Amino acid sequence: MATTHTMGAFERSLAALDVGFSRTDPDGFEAALSDTITEPAVGARLGFEGLALPESVTLDPSPRELEEAVTGVTAASFAVAEYGSLILPSTPDGSEIVSVFCDHHVAVLAESDLVLDVPTAFARLSEEVGEARASAIVATGPSATADMGELVRGAHGPKTVDVLLVEGL
Amino acid sequence: MSTDRAETAARLRELLETEGDSVKANTAVFNRGRYDSVAELDDYEELKDRAREIKEDAIERLPELIDELTESVEENGGHVYLASDAAAANRYIEEVCLEAGAETLVKSKSMTSEEIEVNDHLEQAGIDVTETDLAEFVLQIANEEPSHIVAPAIHKSREEIARLIETVFDPDDPPETAEELTMFAREHLLEKVKAADVGMTGANFLVAESGTMMLVTSEGNARKSAVAPDTHVALAGVEKIVPRFEDLAPFVELIGRSGTGQDLTSYVSLLTPPVESPAVDFDSPDVPGFGGSDAEREFHLVLLDNGRMAMREDSDLQETLYCIRCAACSNTCANFQHVGGHAFGGETYSGGIATGWEAGVHGLDSAAEFNDLCTGCSRCVPACPVKIDIPWINEVVRDRINHGTGGEFDFLVDGLVPDAEEGGPDLQKRLFGNYGTLARLGSATAPVSNWVGSLPPARLAMERLFGVDRRRPLPKFQRETLVDWFEGRGGPRVSAVDAEREAVFYADAYTNYVDVGRGKATVRTLEALGVHVRVPAVPESGRAPLSQGMLATADEAASAVYGTLAEHVDSGRDIVVVEPSDLAMFRSDYEHLLPERSFDRLAENSYEILEYVYGLLENGAGEERLRAGQDRVAYHSHCQQRTLGLEGYTEAVLERLGYDVLTSEVECCGMAGSFGYKRQYYDLAVDVGHDLVDQFERPGERDRVVLTSGTSCTDQLDDLMAREPIHPIELIAPE
Repeated sequence: MATTHTMGAFERSLAALDVGFSRTDPDGFEAALSDTITEPAVGARLGFEGLALPESVTLDPSPRELEEAVTGVTAASFAVAEYGSLILPSTPDGSEIVSVFCDHHVAVLAESDLVLDVPTAFARLSEEVGEARASAIVATGPSATADMGELVRGAHGPKTVDVLLVEGL
Repeated sequence: MSTDRAETAARLRELLETEGDSVKANTAVFNRGRYDSVAELDDYEELKDRAREIKEDAIERLPELIDELTESVEENGGHVYLASDAAAANRYIEEVCLEAGAETLVKSKSMTSEEIEVNDHLEQAGIDVTETDLAEFVLQIANEEPSHIVAPAIHKSREEIARLIETVFDPDDPPETAEELTMFAREHLLEKVKAADVGMTGANFLVAESGTMMLVTSEGNARKSAVAPDTHVALAGVEKIVPRFEDLAPFVELIGRSGTGQDLTSYVSLLTPPVESPAVDFDSPDVPGFGGSDAEREFHLVLLDNGRMAMREDSDLQETLYCIRCAACSNTCANFQHVGGHAFGGETYSGGIATGWEAGVHGLDSAAEFNDLCTGCSRCVPACPVKIDIPWINEVVRDRINHGTGGEFDFLVDGLVPDAEEGGPDLQKRLFGNYGTLARLGSATAPVSNWVGSLPPARLAMERLFGVDRRRPLPKFQRETLVDWFEGRGGPRVSAVDAEREAVFYADAYTNYVDVGRGKATVRTLEALGVHVRVPAVPESGRAPLSQGMLATADEAASAVYGTLAEHVDSGRDIVVVEPSDLAMFRSDYEHLLPERSFDRLAENSYEILEYVYGLLENGAGEERLRAGQDRVAYHSHCQQRTLGLEGYTEAVLERLGYDVLTSEVECCGMAGSFGYKRQYYDLAVDVGHDLVDQFERPGERDRVVLTSGTSCTDQLDDLMAREPIHPIELIAPE
């Protein structure tokens, strides 16, 4: 379980990045998610036991559905409180793709998957990415560029990001 | 030679006018961001040490790591090609494209791909290449080269980009704001990503043990380029390999902070290709599961040598391979801030470390185009996350350039100057490299030398022959040197028996022959604080020849200085230095010029004058013997003094004595030794100097007494401001 210190650091980091944050429990998950998404929405299976995406979220989307979707919903493998970073895995059902192509990304995070700092995160990444020879993105805030004269959010990836933290998971 | 200098001057003036404002505004944001961002890290120094260690070990073991990485990538199902040069890399990438039946390729930003000019090569082979990084996209449609290794379109303003997009695409509703321009590019480039057959990226790091690559980005284009098409080509220099996955950790925390002042960039991709994400088949828009592509993913890693393995064997260039291309050395460099990478860069790379890269991958000619823009101010040294001695690389390459080209009038100076250079450096470099000798001659013949030196015909001849800009006033040599004055007054006035400490005051060439006043003030201050002071004649430190890339001469100077001072050090005397550029020789540069034990002994026993005064006061010397005051002062600490971390002592002593201190915010005053005297750089030096003048001339600050610790800063501010600067020691010295 995340300590109060870790949770506080996470909330401050997300606020500084302009990333939305809300919390729910497994029972309230569907309602909380519906409040967060804008349809049309696409998604990738979350992989948390007892937690399914509502029907309003299209799984295994076609390229057209992917392009037309406003929100993309995916699970984060874990998150780093001090930086507000989300670890987004590369999966066969296209989690990473959904998280980068849509204008709005909603990341679902289990409370137990919040770690404090980079050294702790790297220990876990070493195992889940390095040893497993897998792939993941460390995503910190929305996509951004300053190439056109000033900071703009949503250069190629999402313009806005929300984190939905599920307590008790 | 004279025509070359005029051309260089004209080119720099043009860039100052056209690109300077944009580059300066952007690099200033990055540089300030770096200071703020690294200040948040409690373990910044430890992270840098760790990063350095990892790179040292990786480059040391590079051949075996290449083998290990190759094995890992192949186990994962990818292919590795070790390209000996640019042509081989281009050939391989073209073959991959042809085998994939590719007509279109999307790319994310990669300086290594600029190095091999892969776009030109692929386009000649009939493949449509699109840069998807927004800045690279702007440069591609403008047909221009990057001006910065991280933010390649840093020289273009928003207005210029808007005009460019309007001209090239003629849209119905031309985008104007940064938001509109970004969205226009996003939509245009999304169509390119959808149509792409191959995605190409660089790699910031490669992990030998797992075959994982790390990509540091912000926009998301690299994510799309790597994952949407089913074929991914990654191009990276061999030096990007680190042994273990966990070795990435310090770099993740350092690279964004060092480069653009971001704690972390938006996306750090950790890809172990071929990735598990399905490729997206946009040609089947209505088939669920991302178009239902069943094509197997292809991954090709192209490892580029192109001179790197030879750099590894070159003890002076080897450090360049530790570079993680963060651009901290560009952003922190005063000259770069004013002219950008189109002047301060070679064929591919720009900024301080570019001299090493260009010399290694393209050759000395490319490095020679801009190497002299590094003044050795050393402000990049503490900024570099892998602690590369960037000024030293510049000086070594300058030396090699000097000796690769024969000077045409060498016979004129061979007899006049005592340097150890055989042929090689041009007249201008040999003139400034022998400053000590010239100062001695100037002093011996003063005031005649000063009168002659100020005559217009003499200045014209100096400009034509040596490239000394007519507009820059020359130093006024004093007939009575500091050493003579000290002997004349009967030597030390505090006897060694009564003294708490004994010190040797190093009479550098400038203090001894020109600014004798700051030398006398130093002696008076030390004696007032009970120090037994000696002022022996000691040779020049070698700073002047080192800055001109005359390494053999600098090396001889270091030995001579050490030979003179070693006995004093062994007798327990402290070496006190007033000129920061000479102190930096003793404490830093001599590491390259003296045996380790000699270097350590001199470095450990040398002090900057205000650092020394601070120590004396802390140990109980009476501060009432110094001149206290309520004056308001504006203090500019010499660049090399700040790199040594010593500016704080001056501030502390001044505040202790009651002065109100405003400290400068610029990295360098722009004069940088002889740089501001040179005809080809005079305008740039003055432009840089005005940043400092502007701060000290702000309303409400104009009454402050101007204090400078370095010779060149004193000369520069004296030329650019009405107030005459003095050394802090002259303010606090007793009458």
